[in-house]
Amino acid sequence: MFIKEYFKTIYLTVSSLLKGMKTTGYYFTHQKEIITEQYPEVRPVLAERFKGEVIMPHNEANEHSCTGCQACEIACPNGTIKIVTKNEINAEGKKKKAIDTFVYHLELCTMCNLCVVACPSDAIIMANNYEHSVFDRREFTKVLNNPGSKIMEGIE
Amino acid sequence: MLEELGTNDQGDMIINIGPQHPSTHGVLHLVITLNGETVKKVEPHLGYIHRSIEKMCESLSYRQFIYVTSRMDYLSSHINNHGCALCVEKGLQIEIPARAQVIRVLMDELTRLASHLLWWGALAMDLGAFTPFFYSFREREMINELMEDTCGARLTMNYIVPGGVMMDLHPDFQRKVKEFLRLFKSKIHEYDDLVTGNIIFQNRTKGVGYISREDAISYGCTGPTGRGSGLSCDIRKLYPYEIYDQLQFDEVIETDGDSWARYKVRVGEMMQSMRIIEQLIDNIPEGEFQAKTKAVLKLPKGDFYTRVETARGELGVYIVSEGGSTPYRIKFRSPGFSNLSALDHMSRGGKIGDLMATMGTLDLVIPDIDR
Repeated sequence: MFIKEYFKTIYLTVSSLLKGMKTTGYYFTHQKEIITEQYPEVRPVLAERFKGEVIMPHNEANEHSCTGCQACEIACPNGTIKIVTKNEINAEGKKKKAIDTFVYHLELCTMCNLCVVACPSDAIIMANNYEHSVFDRREFTKVLNNPGSKIMEGIE
Repeated sequence: MLEELGTNDQGDMIINIGPQHPSTHGVLHLVITLNGETVKKVEPHLGYIHRSIEKMCESLSYRQFIYVTSRMDYLSSHINNHGCALCVEKGLQIEIPARAQVIRVLMDELTRLASHLLWWGALAMDLGAFTPFFYSFREREMINELMEDTCGARLTMNYIVPGGVMMDLHPDFQRKVKEFLRLFKSKIHEYDDLVTGNIIFQNRTKGVGYISREDAISYGCTGPTGRGSGLSCDIRKLYPYEIYDQLQFDEVIETDGDSWARYKVRVGEMMQSMRIIEQLIDNIPEGEFQAKTKAVLKLPKGDFYTRVETARGELGVYIVSEGGSTPYRIKFRSPGFSNLSALDHMSRGGKIGDLMATMGTLDLVIPDIDR
């Protein structure tokens, strides 16, 4: 009785192993169904909403839409964003707050999207970049507004 | 502790597993007392990945603290965010739009499915079968791509926020979910062939890591660990939140209390999650995806507690508010911590190889235990 059980177990084990090997063999012979990506040679197509880093889009006239309201700085949980403002005198001779530098610390950012949601004028968006490694840590600190850029007309 | 390592006065060998060990799935340190190959005592040492998330949350506002909770149980980050958002909404007493509720439940179930798929592959890998890992990751990758389309991230989404969800669903979402369900169903037989029907796998899990229903209650085991011992502890059924009371799904309960029972519960839960997704995917109501909330959220003075069912068990979120814009105290009741505490009880008297099977079916996520 014991010997019968013993051989039955061996039979079941081998047959279930072969059943599993059948699945492995299927993919061995059907290599077109394997979905492995050859990463560095083949670049992946990322989703359009993929959160890679915060950028500030500028138009052709080197204009952005950031008013310097600092809503993103308040919304950020890690102190990633630091906005330095200055007073600009506009065409009517009035003083107006404008951004001097929009400092963004990529190494502190967790891509939580809270700053983009908080922005009232949609001045910052998330970009699709994903290869962020650099040789020097200082390169992580970025200034998002282009040099000499101005605020767009009509954005308060 | 360290001077006790080696051999104790009864002649038992004391060995370390971890903090860096492939089968602990993270930085968990187990000090095991062995008599030959028999486990006499398992002592988990925690704290290697403690980030004091509860303390950090005290200095963050009610909108900001949710992203941190994605980093607790990173495999069910949507459900962690969901629990926190529910607790803040309970304090604010705001109504959530119907569309947001359905999106939340859909995302929760997709996360549960992805988490169980990863567990399935990792368990098979713990027990020596390496190939199933790739099969489960093939299907999990499709869910990750769904998440990437809609939430913009693959693991730490920060998608469920107080008042609803952060962004509307991607236009392709419904089509891609249906495609995933169709493909996943056509591949299920491979899962059965590779692991479930394998006699070696069954012999290594049947009768291993037994915990009775009474012990499961006294250790506070929840989720599939508790349900594998016959304990009815599904928060979605017992204390329904969102629209779970209108959905048709079964609470998967096995009564054997061993690793095989926990395996069957999780595989059954994958099927139930698919059932929920199938019910909802064609019935997403139109409307707003986020309720109107104030710019600065302030909870009234008092304490608020909500619980949700994550992929590992019951997650409790307890907020004490002093009326300000930041919480006075936040406490998370994480499922992994209670489930780990039962590991010593389960593996005593077993072999050291069985310890891996027991630990695998507990589905431990170490950042969830340490927080």
